[in-house]
Amino acid sequence: MPKVVLKLGDDISTDHIYPGRFMATVLPSETPQFAFADFEFNARLKSGQVPHGSIIVADNNFGCGSSREQAASCLKGYELAVIAKGFARIFLQNSCNLGLRTVICSGIEASEGDEIEIGATEVVNATTGKSFPITPLPKARQAIIDAGGLIAYTRQRVLQKHGRA
Amino acid sequence: MAGMTIVQKILARATGRPSVAVGDVVEPAVDLAMSHENGALVINQFQEVFSGTGLEAKVWDPSKIAIIFDHRVPAESAKTATNQKKVREFVGAQGITRFHDIRGDEGGICHQILIESGYARPGTVIVGTDSHTTTHGAMGAFAFGIGATEMAGVWSLGTIFNVEVPATIKVVVNGTLPANVLPKDLILYIVGKLTAEGANFKVIEFHGEAIRRMPVSGRLVLCNMSVEAGATAGIVPCDQETYRYLRDEAGVSEPIDAVLPDPDAHYDQVLEIDASSLAPQIACPHTVDNVKPVGQVAGKAVHQIVIGSCTNGRLDDLEVAAEIVRGRKVARGVRMIVFPASWRIYRAAMKRGVLTDLVEAGAVIMNPGCGCCLGIHQGALGDGEVALSTTNRNFKGRMGNPKSEVFLCSPAVAAASALTGVITDPRS
Repeated sequence: MPKVVLKLGDDISTDHIYPGRFMATVLPSETPQFAFADFEFNARLKSGQVPHGSIIVADNNFGCGSSREQAASCLKGYELAVIAKGFARIFLQNSCNLGLRTVICSGIEASEGDEIEIGATEVVNATTGKSFPITPLPKARQAIIDAGGLIAYTRQRVLQKHGRA
Repeated sequence: MAGMTIVQKILARATGRPSVAVGDVVEPAVDLAMSHENGALVINQFQEVFSGTGLEAKVWDPSKIAIIFDHRVPAESAKTATNQKKVREFVGAQGITRFHDIRGDEGGICHQILIESGYARPGTVIVGTDSHTTTHGAMGAFAFGIGATEMAGVWSLGTIFNVEVPATIKVVVNGTLPANVLPKDLILYIVGKLTAEGANFKVIEFHGEAIRRMPVSGRLVLCNMSVEAGATAGIVPCDQETYRYLRDEAGVSEPIDAVLPDPDAHYDQVLEIDASSLAPQIACPHTVDNVKPVGQVAGKAVHQIVIGSCTNGRLDDLEVAAEIVRGRKVARGVRMIVFPASWRIYRAAMKRGVLTDLVEAGAVIMNPGCGCCLGIHQGALGDGEVALSTTNRNFKGRMGNPKSEVFLCSPAVAAASALTGVITDPRS
């Protein structure tokens, strides 16, 4: 079962997740090296000790600030999931577009090391035995996820426009 | 049925519908799509969309795309220079005309270039791969930030997919701002009141006599920082001042088609503010909503003063600062860095002697651009240092060093503090 590998508070900004000085690095294949670059978590990620599917838990307004897509792609590179009490709009959209798993869970209670199961309607903290309801993603975002991300969605629309699909 | 807010009306028009309701999912036509250096990532995603389709990757309408280099100008690294080269080549190949390269005649920060070039018009839908695209709401447009992959979708088809019609918060500002209390103080106060997520997924519509009397330059400050309360957009209904600016300063000669909110529009929340009761404000580390009257932190030592950016790098901002420091000296141990928002502003400030006043006081004038605001170059902070800045963000590490602190304020507070070396109320 996946574990919480990082527990954060309110208003974690995109500067915190992906500092501006690394913004010249744009490709999703290259951004993960700078995830949380100013913090110890970066070394843990790069050491390969964080299994895919591991979970970041945060409070309100996760991803506030810049529209930089690197903040979502750098976490996607490690196949992390983010459970937060709330997300900032652009970060949430970028995450859905790129396929970074985001879960809105206003009551989430978890500590680093807890084992977490993300269900369809609730998050279960297997370590504490408590469960917390999930707020569904905005319907506009779910449609993009269902299409397999925004690149695939856009490609499908472009082909439709040209009568190829 | 209740009337519509200004953004509802803009979205109804952009989708060809008689009306839209809050929460509706719509796909509006985009009038202007703006990117800066991160156009390099948009290009990558755009080409990815077309890969394997057998179709040529052509943008939907090159006349509706604007690209402005501002984040790293001139390039601070080989990597940036290579990204800029890639964008320059793409612009040429696609026939994009609204391209502002690193040039003293037409360059600057994207959120000033779109305004002074007359690209941002009332009633239009503007998207940009920059969160401060909210700035353009000052011209009565619905303008909001998006990610690079979303922009690749816009470049492909000319619409922005899956937009949920946002609810609107009405902010009514009456009264008159006191001397040395500026639009920046007003928006810091509003962000403090609403909190950093108080307007998340919503629009802030600005009303009231203080807004009607405020020049476009001040309205730009309000809309620029609306995103710091989480807002999708800030917007000022267009009026005589909007028309004056578009005609006299931006050189727009085409008819201007206003879109205004209905008098019976429904607002999610109404915030009323008496401008005359405001004092200069300051946002303390490390969140923009940690706002206090400046008097509460007066006396704190500062090491770097920053005046400029897409928030406060306009001519009146530089004039406020020059007025305060003229004939005096920046305190020893303090470095004062000035970033005009565009080269047009730089040239005007040069002609009026504003730059001379600032430099003679000890300030350093940088080329227009985003500069040190986001911690890339042109003014990083040392460990334990404190910056007092007229920019829009003070997140931990924002100015290049997580072991430093950034306070946000108006140009008057910044200039007064430059002289003393400590945070200073400009009224004292």
